[in-house]
Amino acid sequence: MVESLAAEIAAEADQSHMILDLAQVRRLDTLGAWVLDRTRHELGSRDLGADFANASQEQQILLDEVAYRGFQEQAKPRRSKAVDFLVDVGQSVAGAGRDLVDGIAFLGELVSALIRVVVNPRRFRGTAVINQLEQIAYRGVPIIVLISFLVGCIVAQQGIFQLVRFGATPFVVDLIGILILRELALLLTSIMVAGRSGSAFTAEIGSMKMREEIDALRVMGLDPIEVLIVPRVLALVIGLPLLTFISSIAALSGGGVTAWLYGDVSPDVFLSRLRAAVSFNTFMVGMIKAPFMALVIGIIATLEGLAVQGSAESLGRHVTSSVVKSIFMVIVLDGLFAMFFAAIRY
Amino acid sequence: MLDRVHPPIDRNREVVIRVRGVEVGFGEKTILRGLDLDVYRGEILGFVGASGQGKSVLTRTILGLVPKRAGTIEVLGQNLDELSPSERRLLERRWGVLFQQGALFSALTVKQNVQVPMREYLHLSERLLDELAMLKIEMVGLKPDAADKLPSELSGGMIKRAALARALALDPDIVFLDEPTSGLDPIGAGEFDELIATLQRTLGLTVFMVTHDLDSLYTVCDRIAALGEGKILAEGPIETLLESDNPWIRSYFHGKRARAAMASGA
Ligand SMILES: Nc1ncnc2c1ncn2[C@@H]1O[C@H](COP(=O)(O)OP(=O)(O)OP(=O)(O)O)[C@@H](O)[C@H]1O
Ligand SMILES: [Mg+2]
Repeated sequence: MVESLAAEIAAEADQSHMILDLAQVRRLDTLGAWVLDRTRHELGSRDLGADFANASQEQQILLDEVAYRGFQEQAKPRRSKAVDFLVDVGQSVAGAGRDLVDGIAFLGELVSALIRVVVNPRRFRGTAVINQLEQIAYRGVPIIVLISFLVGCIVAQQGIFQLVRFGATPFVVDLIGILILRELALLLTSIMVAGRSGSAFTAEIGSMKMREEIDALRVMGLDPIEVLIVPRVLALVIGLPLLTFISSIAALSGGGVTAWLYGDVSPDVFLSRLRAAVSFNTFMVGMIKAPFMALVIGIIATLEGLAVQGSAESLGRHVTSSVVKSIFMVIVLDGLFAMFFAAIRY
Repeated sequence: MLDRVHPPIDRNREVVIRVRGVEVGFGEKTILRGLDLDVYRGEILGFVGASGQGKSVLTRTILGLVPKRAGTIEVLGQNLDELSPSERRLLERRWGVLFQQGALFSALTVKQNVQVPMREYLHLSERLLDELAMLKIEMVGLKPDAADKLPSELSGGMIKRAALARALALDPDIVFLDEPTSGLDPIGAGEFDELIATLQRTLGLTVFMVTHDLDSLYTVCDRIAALGEGKILAEGPIETLLESDNPWIRSYFHGKRARAAMASGA
């Protein structure tokens, strides 16, 4: 609006000198003053002088204050879109590499802190571990039981629909038994814990970082890794296997109920087939993996939390990326374990 | 008004913080370029400088929170780079820090905040811990009912006092205060200054105080160091700085606000 008006004034100006009469102007704000003075300035540069007239005292003060001047643009390196894209790709690859190195370095720091705690048990923070265990494991039980039960039902139902065509309905017990104990319970639990506790963990550490609470710990001679991170990671390493166990039971119950309803597999048959189908190995495969998943989730959540910078936006970004990276790494690690266990025929 | 007798500066007094040739930068930007500074035992050193010159950065460098590129820092006669982790922990017991934003642990109450360092280093009964914490809380002029409040339930001035109580928890030799009176009303700021001076006298503290507050400089600081262009531009009692002909120091100490502070101050 104002700009087009000013442009019109400038376009119509053909006399050698213009007077901008402000007598009728009742209110003048910064925007108006700036555009007026810019117009005057531009006319001046076209050798058409312009001046203000009848400006009131306040208007004159404002006009002087916002006198037109070019603002120096912060020099931005200009590149084409294609180059930008390549730079982005390169940076994310370098970033992923850096994440890996940081993760391993941090694992080292964590282990050395753990050793320090083991050597000097007085520095072990039992209360904090129990407290975290409550947050991570105990309070997570209902939701994990619920989703595991439902997933058990769904897998069993789909299994029955396929197997019934071959007249092999009872084999659904083998299917869900092995699938749940080896993979599903652990994956479900890890993903849930990454979403529930990993994010909380990043947000807590991140907001402590933002408020200089981490620095305050450091200058008191307290090691943030020992005080904040070791208890959380320990609680994860203890809690995740427990939750995985609970999740297995819930999922198997779900599968059992569904097999009974849809496939006429009575609970007795279900249990005896289950006993035949799964061995202790099957169960252990799931349980052995659990502490490693806990470690991965803990390390990623911590690193993201410590990477938070001053702003709220940065906190949000790191919480998101903590969850995404943990879930991604949990699945990758599960794949590696699958290859490993296949190779050793466990 | 405070009638603080500024002790005469005796060059033979023990130096508790000795900074030599410290260089600190972030990326390509250099903030401190070869800075030298001494802080003597038992004094209140006021540290001034324009915003963004690196006062907080120097404080954080001395505390070991920001890495330096060159130079040495000695605190209580010990070179910080040469300490083993356990020696460093011992040293860290002997300083207390009041951060610019307080940095109280937001999940803990004021009393628990004060007790954090005590629990870490002293092995005391719960009863004694509680009593000690209440004593510190009272010393900094907080009402006892503030003890069980969370930091989010405190006003700005109360946060500063609570953070000071935590900084004093272990009876440190040195306290670092980063703008302790900023954000307080003038009366509150004056009381806080008085509090610092009183505590300094009763506990024999050495105080390193970053400040923009001219009143604090006039009323409580024994010596002042001015930071500019990454170096100490001038240091000494306020008279020395008043005589300095550095343009920034001149405008700082001879501006309108400075004259008002001088008239009411020392
Ligand atoms: N972590 C960091 N990364 C990059 N630059 C930083 C960092 N910390 C501080 N700086 C820069 O260092 C300079 C000095 O900052 P500092 O916080 O020490 O200023 P100050 O003198 O304390 O100012 P104020 O009086 O406003 O508190 C600023 O230019 C700031 O941008
Ligand atoms: Mg600062």
